[in-house]
Amino acid sequence: MLAVGLGHYLTVAALLLVLGIFGIFLNRKNVIVILMSIELILLAVNINLVAFSAVHGDLAGQVLAMFVLTVAAAEAAIGLAIVVIYFRNRGSIQVEDVNLMKG
Amino acid sequence: MTWTAMNWTLAVPELVLACCGMGILVFGVLSKRETFQLCSMLTIGAFLLTGVLVLPGAYGVGYSGLFTSDAFSAFVKLLVLVAAALCVVVSLDYNEHVNLRRFEFPVLMLFCTVGMMLMASASNLMTMYVGTELMSLAIYVLAAFARDELRSAEAGLKYFVLGALASGLMLYGISLVYGFSGSMAFDKLAEALADPASASPGLVVGIVFIVAGLAFKVSAVPFHMWTPDVYEGAPTSITAFLGTAPKVAPMALLVRAMATPFGQLLVQWQQLIVLVSIASMLLGSLAAIGQRNIKRLMAYSSIGHMGYVLIGLAAGSVDGIRGVLIYLVTYVFMNVGTFACILAMRRRGKMLEGISDLAGLGRTDPAMALAFAVFMFGMAGIPPLSGFWGKYFIFSAAVQQGMWTLAVIGVLTSVVGAYYYINIVKVMYFDAPEEAFDPRPASLSFVAAVGGLFTTFFFVFPAPVVAAAEAAAKVLFR
Repeated sequence: MLAVGLGHYLTVAALLLVLGIFGIFLNRKNVIVILMSIELILLAVNINLVAFSAVHGDLAGQVLAMFVLTVAAAEAAIGLAIVVIYFRNRGSIQVEDVNLMKG
Repeated sequence: MTWTAMNWTLAVPELVLACCGMGILVFGVLSKRETFQLCSMLTIGAFLLTGVLVLPGAYGVGYSGLFTSDAFSAFVKLLVLVAAALCVVVSLDYNEHVNLRRFEFPVLMLFCTVGMMLMASASNLMTMYVGTELMSLAIYVLAAFARDELRSAEAGLKYFVLGALASGLMLYGISLVYGFSGSMAFDKLAEALADPASASPGLVVGIVFIVAGLAFKVSAVPFHMWTPDVYEGAPTSITAFLGTAPKVAPMALLVRAMATPFGQLLVQWQQLIVLVSIASMLLGSLAAIGQRNIKRLMAYSSIGHMGYVLIGLAAGSVDGIRGVLIYLVTYVFMNVGTFACILAMRRRGKMLEGISDLAGLGRTDPAMALAFAVFMFGMAGIPPLSGFWGKYFIFSAAVQQGMWTLAVIGVLTSVVGAYYYINIVKVMYFDAPEEAFDPRPASLSFVAAVGGLFTTFFFVFPAPVVAAAEAAAKVLFR
């Protein structure tokens, strides 16, 4: 029986983080997918925090995980609101259509 | 834990400001008519009240180490409050004019300011994250505030996506630092990292992530992509705000985070800051040259300025941090004044953003042209204007630390940068005049005059600012 240790948690979190980052940069389709990728990044961090908190026997990590959940909810609300006003003006939320200003 | 150990009185300025914000919000929701002007006045009043509460300087550590109030945080808070108050003044007439007269506008700026004050006082990675998010969430909304305009919605969307990514990366860095050192408190981190050799690779990766997240907020180079688009797309009153206070607070947080908990790891992060600084200065001065839109030009200009500020941090000495603070003060006043002038660029009721629209301003409106010229010369760093002194303190600190390359690159890029600043002066004074702008509202003239007088006469009375900055910088190196 393989014991699940800190390394396993960190690996999962790192994989989720990389998935989230690639989801933002390689995604050519839909802005909603970007919002999901952002959630993925925040959840990866939460896994990290809770795992470290358990290893150190220190509650600070779990407290921060609670804060992160709260902030993630607020962030999703604001993100969706911005996507809604963008859709009203543009009539599309395809990523390749977000090109009015060239940066 | 007893209530006395909480020391909650240290956070009275933040608490008062947050309560004022909620009061103004409720007032705005309940009143039948649109109360934009009144709520803006109340917000300015709340900023003044908070500034008065910050001034007496009750210093100490509160909330069992989560919150620090010291000379450094007081300096940054006052600067942020002044910048935010001036930006509310600047928005009064513009928002009325472009149909953004909604009371949520000043309230969001107020909550953003609460977040920035929290960042200035953060002495724990948790406070640092929550403060940064409180600031950023408010700015995402503000950038998309002109909700019937595609450009503003796109600016908001871009800023939100990249900003959320940056916050996520910073948070990942926080989790790594916490995991590999066992604490989130700045003082405990400093103890744990007293021996640079004990720093594990995981910890250094965490620090890099934190620097990346904060570098995004100050728009330093590898993370600057959002800046020109958001500056151009956001309503101009928000662009003015974006360029001032939300640059100061993350920079202060970066300085505190690097100097206090990671101060012993100077060699680990110094190279990183040096690279970011050089890249920002180069891009800021070169990419701005081809710009025709003045808001985009100001975006590249702010990237360049952040590069200079980072030199002071890279020096990693008391003099360097003092330079950072002085530079930020001069930068805020020049920037807010410039945007007061940009907001006055209006012809037959239409807002203008092109540099060519300024042609002949020297003849059609000499006072505004003079103010604009003062800000441009100041940003270029021409003595005796305040911008020169900011650069002087930064470069001399770098030279003291033997960082000649950095100082030389800084001087060279400011010479290149001077080209596009002085080009604007040339357009105003030597090009054929166009039709005159509409009469300026008093609020914009007031802010331009405040910024212009500060920029021009800073060299007469630099002592109070320099002394306060010195005291603030020393706090970080005890």
